[in-house]
Amino acid sequence: MVNTKIIGLQWWKWLSIVLVSYALVAGMLIDVPELPILNESIRNLFYHVTQWFGMMIILTASLVYSVIHLMKGDMRSDRIAAESINVALFMGVLGILTGSLWAKFTWGAWWTNDPKLNGVAMGMLVYLAYVVLRGSMDEEQKRARVAAVYNIFAYVMFMVFIMVLPRLTDSLHPGNGGNPGFGGYDLNDNMKLVFYPAIIGWTLLGVWLVNIRVRLVNLKEER
Amino acid sequence: MKMENGKLKTMWALMALLLPTSVLAQGVDMAETMRSEGKIYVVVGVIAIIFIGLVVYLISLDRRISKMENRK
Repeated sequence: MVNTKIIGLQWWKWLSIVLVSYALVAGMLIDVPELPILNESIRNLFYHVTQWFGMMIILTASLVYSVIHLMKGDMRSDRIAAESINVALFMGVLGILTGSLWAKFTWGAWWTNDPKLNGVAMGMLVYLAYVVLRGSMDEEQKRARVAAVYNIFAYVMFMVFIMVLPRLTDSLHPGNGGNPGFGGYDLNDNMKLVFYPAIIGWTLLGVWLVNIRVRLVNLKEER
Repeated sequence: MKMENGKLKTMWALMALLLPTSVLAQGVDMAETMRSEGKIYVVVGVIAIIFIGLVVYLISLDRRISKMENRK
């Protein structure tokens, strides 16, 4: 079912295109709450935030595949887990860049020593270590096993860094440290119509990138 | 020949995506629409072009890999 193709392309790939296009266009055009400081930049919620959510969903998928690998010992799960992290790191870099730009014009600085921001930076380093660790081993079975175990550790660290620690102290970032998230007050029904499809769209687009990377690795390995 | 067919289909699909914009562009309304609301539609247009470009590139990559897989 996942492989059902429409004009030579899996249906969910088309769906990702449709959802992201919709979010890009509707996100610019719909009415949004008029708030001081944020002004029109509240629309970044449709792009910056949704893309981060998509990234975290892909990291979660990677974790699931790592666990599957540890249970079954198959190489396929290991490859999917590893390429998911590669794509998630790419999305994370985009997330940091877009967040930095947004921060410059709302908080007044490209980077602040905010627990959310530093947490994300550390979390990314933890995952970068995954890539280095996995790349440093030649023996396939061993590499897959060590990488999968490390991935579980990395996922927990990442979530602690970005979801738990920022909530324990003061933070500028919405949704952290006594600072209300957008969900409570400002995400009106109108915005939800774009926000949720955007999350699904970015996630599927990321999965598409994972799909391409995994197939390339498969082709390379078969040679 | 088979390959050509696939390409043609993609072209049609893309044109269907672009249709609403091209219809607007030919009408007299275009200048009005593009200039209204602080020219936000111009920005939407730019974003749409960039995204369509990226998607076309992604689809062509996907196709190329599919062909390599089928050769096995």
